[in-house]
Amino acid sequence: MHMGNALLFILLAPIVGGLVAGIDRKITARMQGRVGPPLLQPFYDVGKLFQKEQILVTPSQNFYITSYLVFIVVSGGLFFAGGDLLLVIFAFTLAHIFLVLGAYSSYSPYSFIGAERELIQIIAYEPMIILSAVGMYMVTRSFYVADIMAAEFPLIYYLPGIFIGFLMVLTIKLRKSPFDLSTSHHAHQEIVKGVTTEFSGPMFGLVELAHWYENVFLLGFIYLFFAWNPLIAIGALAIVYFAEIVIDNTFSRVTWQLTLKSSWIIAGFMGLANLGILYYLSAVVPL
Amino acid sequence: MSYISRSPWLIHYDASSCNGCDIEVLACLSPLYDVERFGIINTGNPKHADVLVITGGINEQNREVVRNIYDQMPSPKVVVAVGICACTGGVFRECYNVVGGIDRVIPVDVYVPGCAARPESIIDGIVRALSILEEKKAEMEKQGGKGRAGSPVGGGQ
Repeated sequence: MHMGNALLFILLAPIVGGLVAGIDRKITARMQGRVGPPLLQPFYDVGKLFQKEQILVTPSQNFYITSYLVFIVVSGGLFFAGGDLLLVIFAFTLAHIFLVLGAYSSYSPYSFIGAERELIQIIAYEPMIILSAVGMYMVTRSFYVADIMAAEFPLIYYLPGIFIGFLMVLTIKLRKSPFDLSTSHHAHQEIVKGVTTEFSGPMFGLVELAHWYENVFLLGFIYLFFAWNPLIAIGALAIVYFAEIVIDNTFSRVTWQLTLKSSWIIAGFMGLANLGILYYLSAVVPL
Repeated sequence: MSYISRSPWLIHYDASSCNGCDIEVLACLSPLYDVERFGIINTGNPKHADVLVITGGINEQNREVVRNIYDQMPSPKVVVAVGICACTGGVFRECYNVVGGIDRVIPVDVYVPGCAARPESIIDGIVRALSILEEKKAEMEKQGGKGRAGSPVGGGQ
């Protein structure tokens, strides 16, 4: 385990996450023929939120949202420290359960709908994320991120189906259209901001901060597929994120039924087929 | 400049407007004017908003609604009345069900007259509101508190 990497993640992820969000908003604006906000706009936004008045609908919100942030940081920290991928995914899911509980803790119908949709999203992406971990295990014979990183061959050659399936759920995780059901980044609202409806001021700032940590962790996950060559990996990250922005700007939001169906079908076809072929090949030609 | 005037999120409420001013408010978000340049985001949620933009006058049915939206916004906050109806009640002032301008129910910080108010003057009004927002934040800091911290407001009850 590399504790130094975890510490670097805790310190640098908000900066990287905020910058990525800023670049995202700038590119989105240019795609829509607008000038767009300054690059540092996400930092201004979160800075402002921490200066605002704290309105608590119920005190338990504090606990749930702090836990959400803490567990996102823990899962990302474990990941970058080279820890067990299954434990990382477990902590990651737990973090989102805290977010859902936070949304359920107030008696707001908008918040409830957001919480339900967030749960549906968790159900939609969870199988694919676990399949990704299983795929990486089948190729490298280890669930430890440090071992997967140390692989001297490109994982993407063995896991193209899993990679495509992961890109599918990445759209859900980055809260991008067409799958931004529970809450959205855009001016057009998904039921007045869904899961974050009842969070205001500093608490909403914590939610945004957690989202930055989460995005950096997810980009780290994509990095694993290309870990054998850092240059290609960073290029792949840029292409993947740009593709996500294009998808975000070209697709309208879909219903939760289609979200669930399509992500499970992709996970089933791409993920399981990929695993099946790997299993067959490993019996014929050992890796 | 502090963060608050670099990132004013606004909520737009149509009190009893004829939709003329509403269309002009939405025009501010279009690529031609693009208020996101100033970090302005049009939220739909009072709990995320800093600037309350109201078009149209107050009538008997929406005075509670306007009050409620205003109360749900966390301080510091400003109110911009857009259009002559929001400023004074306009041509509807004498109607039996019209109370008058927005300032009959909540404190208004900036008045943007016009029928309909032009996008340029709406943007100008909101930019002026930002300096008032700064003042209010400074005042809030001087009082040393975060206002009504911890008290349950809106939503849950």
